[in-house]
Amino acid sequence: MVDVVSVGTDVLADAVAEQAAGVERVDWRPPVPGTEDDLATVALDPLRPGANEQALAAMLAVQARLVDVRPAGEVLGLEPGRFLHAGPPIAWEQASGPLRGALMGAAALEGLVEDPEDAAERFARGDFTLEPCHHHASVGPMAGVVSPSMWMWVLEDPASGRRTHCTLNEGLGKVLRYGAYSPEVIERLRWMNDVLGPWLRVGVTQSEPVDVTGILTQMLQMGDEAHNRNRAGTLMLLRDLMPAMIRAEGDQSDQADLAEVVRFVGANDHFFLNLAMPACKLALDAARDIEGSTMVVAMARNGTEFGIQTAGTGEEWFTGPAQVADGLFLGDYGPEDANPDIGDSAITETAGLGGFAMATAPAIVRLVGGTVPDALATTRRMREITLGENPRWSIPVLDFDGTPSGIDVARVCRTGILPQINTGMAGAVAGVGQVGAGLVTPPAEIFPAALAALAARTRARVR
Amino acid sequence: MSTHVEVRPGAYADSVALLQVSREVQQVAGVAAAQVAMATALNLEVLAKMGFDLPASTPNDMVVAIRLDDDAALGAALAAVETALTRRSRSTETATEPHRTTATALLDAPGAIVLVSTPGASAAVEAMDALAAGHDVMLFSDNVPVAHEVALKTYAAQHGLLVMGPDCGTAVVDGLGLGFANAVEPGPVGIVAASGTGCQQVLCLLDHAGVGVTHALGVGGRDLSAEIGGAATREALRRLDADPAVERIVVVSKPPAPEVAADLEQYAAGLGTPVSWALLGAGRLDLTAASEDLLAEKPTWPVDGQARPSAGPVRGYYVGGTLAAEARQILDEGAEVIDFGDDEYTRGRAHPMIDPTLRLERIAEVGDGVLLLDVVLGHGAEPDPAERLAPAVRAAVERGVAVVVACVGTRHDPQHRERQVAALVEVGAEVHLSHAGAARRALEVSRG
Repeated sequence: MVDVVSVGTDVLADAVAEQAAGVERVDWRPPVPGTEDDLATVALDPLRPGANEQALAAMLAVQARLVDVRPAGEVLGLEPGRFLHAGPPIAWEQASGPLRGALMGAAALEGLVEDPEDAAERFARGDFTLEPCHHHASVGPMAGVVSPSMWMWVLEDPASGRRTHCTLNEGLGKVLRYGAYSPEVIERLRWMNDVLGPWLRVGVTQSEPVDVTGILTQMLQMGDEAHNRNRAGTLMLLRDLMPAMIRAEGDQSDQADLAEVVRFVGANDHFFLNLAMPACKLALDAARDIEGSTMVVAMARNGTEFGIQTAGTGEEWFTGPAQVADGLFLGDYGPEDANPDIGDSAITETAGLGGFAMATAPAIVRLVGGTVPDALATTRRMREITLGENPRWSIPVLDFDGTPSGIDVARVCRTGILPQINTGMAGAVAGVGQVGAGLVTPPAEIFPAALAALAARTRARVR
Repeated sequence: MSTHVEVRPGAYADSVALLQVSREVQQVAGVAAAQVAMATALNLEVLAKMGFDLPASTPNDMVVAIRLDDDAALGAALAAVETALTRRSRSTETATEPHRTTATALLDAPGAIVLVSTPGASAAVEAMDALAAGHDVMLFSDNVPVAHEVALKTYAAQHGLLVMGPDCGTAVVDGLGLGFANAVEPGPVGIVAASGTGCQQVLCLLDHAGVGVTHALGVGGRDLSAEIGGAATREALRRLDADPAVERIVVVSKPPAPEVAADLEQYAAGLGTPVSWALLGAGRLDLTAASEDLLAEKPTWPVDGQARPSAGPVRGYYVGGTLAAEARQILDEGAEVIDFGDDEYTRGRAHPMIDPTLRLERIAEVGDGVLLLDVVLGHGAEPDPAERLAPAVRAAVERGVAVVVACVGTRHDPQHRERQVAALVEVGAEVHLSHAGAARRALEVSRG
């Protein structure tokens, strides 16, 4: 029984303990330097408690359903010459190797150039447009490049009709999203457009809408944290789509193609990531534009910069240099080969999965040579910077505690604890592909910057 | 330079484990490169790029591939593979890290009161965590901006919560002392106090008179100012009125701003429990007189020891701010009264009720007249104040200085008032329970 929570000097906590009363001591430390005033302003904002409660509740209420899969040109109206990418806005000049490589490959896929190498000049000349996935109700893993012919999952929130989108996952190794654009990469993408996409469409449109949020609930109890480990989720997706695909008639009756589709999906442990991500975005978008809320609604990296958006600051991005992940490398690759952090996949951590759900996927912690207790401690530590827990996504080993959900900019500044992200590492040079996987955090300075903007809005409103 | 490639059919470990194994083997002396992996197409590609000859295998096999700078290292490298593969997970302590914010600490503490003593600039942030989660707060922190206090108390008033403070040194909630609080028996009196040591003096006098106190709710020194408007006082009155154990309420404070006084008096008049006002300051009651007003019969306040007359100035050296203020009210104008708990003496130092060093230094400089001191006991205060004060008093008495002490405490306090008094009397001090009594006595002694 805790009678007193003591934050500050130990003498006063001791004095309470001396009276045989229960004391819980907060391990208080000074906040990130320079944030005291902004923290107080935001803490005392009369709108904040209700706004944060509303933001968290809105996020937790969303039930994502898979309703369609179609080319980006159709679902987003994306035209040839326009490309989406991961992270906050960026120009070709600032783009990192893997983002450039993915854009070059996509340009070749769309037939805008014959040889991917020819695309660099066209991008540099400004012939093509670059826009963030996040600005088009979409998310993309790693480089996150989307071009019109790529097929995209369409997820819908039945309550509001809102939708989010994500491309189909290519697998690991030499793949476009890691910046590879060799002929086999382009060939695989064409097969995905011509065979995989249409077959999945049969499965999706001729089945009951797949409950993606529900699959996330189950996979968290099966050792997936839905960012670097999506094995159970991938197989459950196949389970839900296969009956309709097997029953298919007419154009989609080629059993050899179907076998290849099933083999491709089943062999790709990350296939479900591209459904987990838009499900997370669908949930977080429900929390956007709530004045006074300090909750983070997006964390995304473009390979050069790491950006966050908050519920209380509209479309504004707060950005800083993306960090290089700490982890293990494939083959001969080492830290010097790795590109800084890239991808919209940190949307999973933003929603309480990935690094935040580390405790449910102990294998992931070994990416940085950690231990199972580290995994448990990480999830518990993330609870220090989140507004609440997701009762739907519970972690058996933590006695079914919900995943820590709703990152609070203010709590990050108060504690100096940064969100922990599980991630893959792309090679720094265009065309290389994946070089490793590991753990990374956002650049620390973007949280005080977001806090300052929130505090400025509060001051403008309260005065 | 040589290579070793072997296939282990049917052996399995997950890819993350194998990355770890590979890294450990790479660190063995004499190993140039190593890769231990399941023989998937991707991994075989990686191995080929590293220059290994690929053996016949299926994706269900494990491949161990090692390139050696020193052929003799093969045994050590393979041993490292075995060690890494068979390592059992370390059973590390799973001790939970402490919470870093009040908000998260409260997840494990339903119904707890929150005691905030961080630096003033951060206090409102922690206090707001408590209020937002529906908990009362005691704000021990000083240097909290007025605007923060207004915002906290406005929120608290809207939600029926109590903010005790800021700069609230003392509270007793349901018998539990918070901050610097004396151990008293529960009883019919409830105190609302804008002053910490003022509250302690009243607690101790009532305790001596055999009257118990169930709650002493602090409100912070600024609560009855026009800016704050008595928000916490009002809530504290409401709480005390609602508690059937409280038969009588006393408010201990400097005189409120006139509009606040009128407002609160009207509020108090509507309560079922009688409220009396111990308003301190020039031309008003002292704490002892205010306490006597609560009692049916005026008791004789205890005095131990006897100071010898010593003509000269009275110097009042204090740890308690309200006691110092009371001394200024009672002593002649021009008497030197220092409050060692004032900001000027506490920057970068603990409160003198915890660290008496500065006052002891000053006492050692006095060579004539009368020294008037307070010793404040209770939870949170130093464990044995007489231990360091008695030698200083003895030295002062030996220099011809008369020493009069107000020892504010009860027999239940962890420092044991009797023991503190005995130690001080033994070295020549005259010790009072009533501070006003001590101050008047100091005046008398100083006249020779």
